[in-house]
Amino acid sequence: MVVTKPLSTKLPTPLVRRMFQHGDVPFKIIIVLATLFTLALVVGVGVMLWLFTSVTRMDLGFSFVTSKTWNPTGSQFGALPFVVGTLITSILALIISVPLGVGIAIFLAELCPARLRAPLGVMVELLAAVPSVVFGLWGIFVFVPTVVKPLGNFLKNAFGTSGDVIDLPLFHGPFYGFSYLAAGAILAVMVLPTIAAISRDVLLAVPGSQREGAFGIGCTRWEAIWQVVLPYGLSGILGAVILGLGRALGETMAVTMVIGNVAQLSGSLLSPGYTMASVIANEWGESSTPAYASALLEIGLLLFIMSVLLNLLARLLVWSVQRRNPQQHA
Amino acid sequence: MPIASSSARVAISLHGVTIVQQGKGVLPDMNTSPLARENAQSHAPATAGEAAAAVMPKMQTESLSIYYGNFRAVADVTLPVRDRKITAIIGPSGCGKSTLIRSLNRMNDLIAGAHAGGKVMLDGEDIYASGIDVVDIRRRVGMVFQRPNPFPKSIYDNVAFGVRLYGRIPKAELDDIVETSLRRSALWDEVKDKLKQSAMALSGGQQQRLCIARAIAVEPEVILMDEPCSALDPVATLKIEELMQELKQDYAIVIVTHNMQQAARVSDTTAMMMMRADRAGEMIEFDETQIIFTKPRDKRTEDYVSGRFG
Repeated sequence: MVVTKPLSTKLPTPLVRRMFQHGDVPFKIIIVLATLFTLALVVGVGVMLWLFTSVTRMDLGFSFVTSKTWNPTGSQFGALPFVVGTLITSILALIISVPLGVGIAIFLAELCPARLRAPLGVMVELLAAVPSVVFGLWGIFVFVPTVVKPLGNFLKNAFGTSGDVIDLPLFHGPFYGFSYLAAGAILAVMVLPTIAAISRDVLLAVPGSQREGAFGIGCTRWEAIWQVVLPYGLSGILGAVILGLGRALGETMAVTMVIGNVAQLSGSLLSPGYTMASVIANEWGESSTPAYASALLEIGLLLFIMSVLLNLLARLLVWSVQRRNPQQHA
Repeated sequence: MPIASSSARVAISLHGVTIVQQGKGVLPDMNTSPLARENAQSHAPATAGEAAAAVMPKMQTESLSIYYGNFRAVADVTLPVRDRKITAIIGPSGCGKSTLIRSLNRMNDLIAGAHAGGKVMLDGEDIYASGIDVVDIRRRVGMVFQRPNPFPKSIYDNVAFGVRLYGRIPKAELDDIVETSLRRSALWDEVKDKLKQSAMALSGGQQQRLCIARAIAVEPEVILMDEPCSALDPVATLKIEELMQELKQDYAIVIVTHNMQQAARVSDTTAMMMMRADRAGEMIEFDETQIIFTKPRDKRTEDYVSGRFG
């Protein structure tokens, strides 16, 4: 018969250590607290915004969102131009940056020679490290005059009022450079590294066996990328686009510097506009009356709700894609 | 003897001895075990001597060497792959088996720095010659990999995938191709009611048969199998092996395997590979499977197949 001694007689454990299960209990407490703190922050911001905006919410109700006149001195507060401005610039930014960013990701992950991959990748990521105000300055002095202006003039001539090609209201009206188009374009540049870098990581994580399967059946490189690698990474790429959208919605400084800051509602990309973040940053110092302050805070509340809703929507999209194409392997 | 089958018989008269060879697809009336049948087949060419040698192999590597950069991974392999036969490649780890089989449809091209010396003939045409359409080669020489790698699409879409690369096909025709391919890969009865479900939900063995269905849907001429059963349990392995016997009625099959019993069970001819002192893999012996496993010429082959090393 074998006599086994309990381990504890050889290695006596201190009482305190045993009480806390060798540190597992304190560790768990710290982790749970950190999680709750994050949650509390989000809820707290929402509640704070809700409470501090009671003046305009009571007075204006839903018309705050639907009214298009923003005249603080006349106590007219309509947030529609800002909501529309934020949506237009963000969507424009995605329209430009998603194809570019995914294209960069495809190049870096699939086509680029291995020894160029790291340096090029670092350069793309560096783009994300440029401070927003620097992008704004660069936009004012370089990007808008050399890229946006010629592009806008071309669009105006081709598609504007009695344009050469076709008349699109999207490109009507006078064009001076600072516009939705300029803001959307600069946002695209700022969002680009996020989308490109994350999409690249997603594509690099697609198992090599998937590519082998595609090539082994007679796919060209194009077909393998387009029909196997990209669909496999679709949910991850959507995630990258969501992160980009999040940045575009909230971006303040660079947009404020190139959008023109005119609180008007316009269907033309060439006219100047305003975004929610820009108006808060610009006018906070002038908010002399409680109603004015409340109106700006309510714009903040709207932006907050919009971001949360868009994130939820996007998460649903990712989830439904993953559900359709589960990727676990046997 | 039933009259119906006599037309499928080929009588060869050599050295005054008449050998009656069984035609393909009329085996049922032959009252022998699968092993005896295999023996009969593998002995026939040996007896027929030059008559068999005159048959051009479906594929043939000629002094083939594969390099990764400066490193020579496979050296001077001359391996014939006969049509409607199973060719096994065996040998210890690192001897270049996978490199060799992956050179047969130029999958090695995808590895940066990999290049080939020598020739790989497919129906008398060198697939490494300039001006060869690599994509078409990979369609003609299909491949099944070590781990099942279905695409995260439905079962139907997996099988139809390769066919759709060649343009739009009427739905009814595509349905036909999918069904035929799944039947030939012995998967149809298990999946016919759930063709729209994700292929990822299938078991490992089913996934591997699905990959075989996906490969044969584009009507290849040769099927390469790189350790197709190494990730599967014995039951699933048996199914794949039975399937291979079915498939060899129509295709030339090359299989790399670590499992010598598997090579002995399924293959008609076997190539034995070893790593040389300079770490390049070479083929040390090639013969009928039965000879490799019973009276090999090379001492190293004998040691390997009898389990003394490797």
